[in-house]
Amino acid sequence: MKWFISQDTIKGPFQKILEKECGENVRLCYQCGKCSAGCPVSYQMDYLPNQIIRMVQLGMQDEVLSSKTMWLCASCLACTARCPREIDIAEIMDYLRRRAYKKQVIPLEETEVPLFNKIFLRNIELFGRLYEMGLIGMFNLLSGEFFKDIFLAPKMFLKNKIEILPHRAKNIKEIRAIFNNSGKLGKVKRTRLFYPKLVFLNLSRKLIGKIEKYK
Amino acid sequence: MKIGVFVCHCGTNIAGTVDVEKVAKAASGLANVKYSTTYKYMCSSPGQALIWDVIKEKALDRVVVCACSPGLHEKTFRKCLEDAGVNPYLIEIANIREHCSWVHRDMEQATRKAIAIVKLAVAKVSRDKPLEKTYISIEKKVLIIGGGIAGIQSAIDIAFAKYPVVIVEREPSIGGKMAQFDKTFPTLDCAACILTPKMVTVSQSKYVTIHTCSEIEEVSGHVGNFTVKIRKKARSVDLKKCAGCGACWNKCPAKTASQFDMKLGKRTAIYVPFPQAVPNAPVIDRGNCLYFKTKKCGICQKVCPFGAIDYDMQDEIIEEKFGAIIVATGFTQFDHSVYGEYGYGKYKDVITGLHFERMVNSSGPTGGKVLRPSDGKEAKDVVFIQCVGSRDEQKGVSYCSRVCCMYTAKHALLLKEHNKDAQAYVFYIDIRAAGKNYEEFVKNVQDKHGAVYLRGRVSRVFEKGGKLIVRGADTLSGAQIEIQADLVVLAAGLVAQPDAAKLAQTMHIPYDKNNLFTEAHPKLAPAETITSGVFLAGACQSPKDIPDTVATASAAAAKVLGLLVQDKLEREPLIAKVDRILCSGCKACYEACPFHAIEMKEIEDRQLKRKRTVAEVLEGVCTGCGNCTAVCRMSAIDLEGFSNRQIMEQLGEI
Amino acid sequence: MKYAYYPGCSLHSTAKEYDLSTKEVAKALNIELTEIPDWVCCGATPAHITMHLLSLALPVKNLIQARKMGADEVVTCCAACFSRLKIANKFMEDDPAHREKVEKIVGEEYEGEVKVRHFLDVLVNYFGLKNLGERVTKKLSGLKVACYYGCLLTRPPEVTQLDDLEDPHLIDDLMRTIGAEPVQWPYKTECCGASFSLTKTDIVLKLSGDILQMAHDEGARAIVVACPLCQSNLDLRQDAINKKYKKNFNIPVFYFTQLLGLALGVEPGKLGFKKHAVNPVPLLRENGILGNL
Repeated sequence: MKWFISQDTIKGPFQKILEKECGENVRLCYQCGKCSAGCPVSYQMDYLPNQIIRMVQLGMQDEVLSSKTMWLCASCLACTARCPREIDIAEIMDYLRRRAYKKQVIPLEETEVPLFNKIFLRNIELFGRLYEMGLIGMFNLLSGEFFKDIFLAPKMFLKNKIEILPHRAKNIKEIRAIFNNSGKLGKVKRTRLFYPKLVFLNLSRKLIGKIEKYK
Repeated sequence: MKIGVFVCHCGTNIAGTVDVEKVAKAASGLANVKYSTTYKYMCSSPGQALIWDVIKEKALDRVVVCACSPGLHEKTFRKCLEDAGVNPYLIEIANIREHCSWVHRDMEQATRKAIAIVKLAVAKVSRDKPLEKTYISIEKKVLIIGGGIAGIQSAIDIAFAKYPVVIVEREPSIGGKMAQFDKTFPTLDCAACILTPKMVTVSQSKYVTIHTCSEIEEVSGHVGNFTVKIRKKARSVDLKKCAGCGACWNKCPAKTASQFDMKLGKRTAIYVPFPQAVPNAPVIDRGNCLYFKTKKCGICQKVCPFGAIDYDMQDEIIEEKFGAIIVATGFTQFDHSVYGEYGYGKYKDVITGLHFERMVNSSGPTGGKVLRPSDGKEAKDVVFIQCVGSRDEQKGVSYCSRVCCMYTAKHALLLKEHNKDAQAYVFYIDIRAAGKNYEEFVKNVQDKHGAVYLRGRVSRVFEKGGKLIVRGADTLSGAQIEIQADLVVLAAGLVAQPDAAKLAQTMHIPYDKNNLFTEAHPKLAPAETITSGVFLAGACQSPKDIPDTVATASAAAAKVLGLLVQDKLEREPLIAKVDRILCSGCKACYEACPFHAIEMKEIEDRQLKRKRTVAEVLEGVCTGCGNCTAVCRMSAIDLEGFSNRQIMEQLGEI
Repeated sequence: MKYAYYPGCSLHSTAKEYDLSTKEVAKALNIELTEIPDWVCCGATPAHITMHLLSLALPVKNLIQARKMGADEVVTCCAACFSRLKIANKFMEDDPAHREKVEKIVGEEYEGEVKVRHFLDVLVNYFGLKNLGERVTKKLSGLKVACYYGCLLTRPPEVTQLDDLEDPHLIDDLMRTIGAEPVQWPYKTECCGASFSLTKTDIVLKLSGDILQMAHDEGARAIVVACPLCQSNLDLRQDAINKKYKKNFNIPVFYFTQLLGLALGVEPGKLGFKKHAVNPVPLLRENGILGNL
């Protein structure tokens, strides 16, 4: 038996909270499955998009936030464009990701994407414009794949596509103010660069994976 | 003046929130009220008996009943008064239920409001005038617009009662959409086999006149006396001479796509839409005929042994009078070309339900074989997609078209019957099989005919390598499904005809946001409209299958016959009336009347010794809406039973 | 024609050839593109995944900068920047609650006065295909291309209002004007894997691999794109796709401005063909488009 859903779960507030904060009328979903049918990444998901919406309707907050689905969503908007009830599923996925960050609930197998986003944003905050070397370097380091894409690096340098040194924007103070204000107004907890739990999970998972491979 | 006030408890509906005894006591103190009492259920037999007894005892001449909405029992109480010998229009209903006890909770405030409502009713009834019912004559002839199964069934029922019927049909033959079907669910009767006997009955009946290639141009008048202008388009073939021998269409050199076969096959420019057509005579499609385009050809006229071809035929306008009209114009299929994800209607192998019907029909364009329209090869893997256009607020209509689940199951069955090696895949959201033997039919299709039912909508269909790739989902197992199909059949929904709105406006009947004609009451009067004398049958009111269509057609016929058997039609006298002395002929009421119930008349004014124009109300058409009284500057036009005087009296009580 | 120009982070680094070719095409057509001074990253995908208000504030900051330089229209080439800027505009115009919050964050007032256009829109709808056709000096005949639109150019349709949702044709029309032969293929708007390029490279390999396969099956020799991330996924990762799925793809991925530049007579050296991972020069030589580079 997979789940036992109690009456308390169904009467729970999750659906109402999502509808209020996200603005999407989740209760209108009649589970036609058109979103899941067109989703290009669904082959790797544990729950299909329509199942996630169903779980939201049934108030299953914990199962939804700890699923892989929303981290695998590529925001391609195919689902949103085709939904016959005009529900913006991609927006709901965005909202669930933000909520997962807030509640600090990240599933074990999908730690790369949350980590990447944090590094990207910290990069922008430091430099104003994206410093690719920093992004790739830091991401590889913290996710445990030190030598990923290493063969692409010389090509990129030779073709003058990536700068070795960062280039700080002139109005960096204003940008940092924007970041701070967004955090305050959006009531989002902004963590340090070395997001400890994510980094630890990533590195330990990679290590275990490597050990399994060499067994 | 002796007024009696009767306050109803209505069980606890009123008495639960309003202190009815207090209301009765307060009413007894009003001017001219000679008797005031309460009773548990005024509408019941003892309640009515109470009113009679009191009227006789106290010699009452006016009555106020404080109860539920007049929409429910006003007629009951009027009859009660009539039986007691008092004019039935000297009664007022004070609505202290829907307007008071059902919408408030505080007993004290509700009782005060109820007393106020009773005061208004007593004031109004004090100014009521005795009125007499009016009567209008009825033309004993019926018009049926639309010659599909609905129109045909109504015609048969009315002709059986020996009343004359006229059917006006737009296409060159009657039969409607049912003539295009192959087999019908759940019995798998061949549609043509069960339809054509009815078509023949109707064509041979001496009471029925059929006008094909005809449309309604104008409708005026009112129930019992409609004047209708019918435009008979030029068929270019004289029906009196033509014997339907086929010499002309066999020799016609011009070919074009056949609308009856959903453009899957061809027909000639002079053609009969299908072999069992009624009338069994061809029509010339002037847009594609060589003679009409280039003045060359003329072969059909040369080969016709009866000289029935008439190139100079013109459209004819026929004007007739009818007592009642039945609208049975049917439906059309949803146009799926709005769906980019299904190809914008450009993929040849993505077809609709009606296309499939023509394909499996043995007298259809492919001789009954299920072939791919693109290359003519036999289709083995066929995907059926349900709910195309239906239940889709984004691109289609929000309602369910009711028949698609059943006809898709039927198609899956027919596919297997015509091709043993074929496989049907049905993508559905729900299976709606609510009729008699319908659920068993679907079960049979899944059981004996091996159709695979997948629950989920299809996100996209595209062409690759000669096949159609269908990407759908099965939400029950939580899977994405990809099928390589030879043919995709879309169960397109049933929607209103493109000119339904125009017809509704011509007929002065209401229609909703989906252009489906609105019935008088969705539960209790599905076969009539709010416009007296106009009735509805079939899918033009809402999508339905053949059994329901025939049922509503017979229902409409029964209602029409109920009208026609009477010598005169009784009409309520609560209509507008013009005081000619005050009327200045300014035509404000004439412009304001939404029912065209006012006409301007020239009268001889003896005092001023000249002619002048005044307004006159057409008693049969006026519905008593009051628009005219609102615009009249002179207060020359007034509503009987709702006059300005009465309203002023009520305002005095507030 | 004068516009403010918002390149976006990738056009200054991994998609440099897009920036170069755009500027060359603009020069050749006398369209003035003035880069917004002190522009910042629009936040792209990571911003709207992590912080809603930030994802609106960063684009709005750029639009305010554009307004400061006196422009009322901004042209951008990157599809993600286009999408984010347009979405920010829509929120600022339609939603007063969001507008208030974002104005507080950025510290200035803004109501969506600056309009956002994609360069494709400018070329096809404002400059006009007819005018373009007259300026073409070299027709790229014989070049069969598959025009790939990706996700963000056409979706969501209420926001982008750029092209048809399921069967877009702007790049196809452009290609036809310059003489190339666009093929009709069903994967015009299928996702390439987008921002999973670094984090979930296996997804990118599968999705982009499918796109390359479909283009190849329909007879195309090259793919034309309008988005730097799509180009990077299809081009940079082509080698890895070949290795993983044991294929032999050699499909160069062009930016539409590069091919347009060639057709308008811009010197090929200035269009950045050397920066591609899959070398496009042999294909161009084969079709007689390039003499020797």
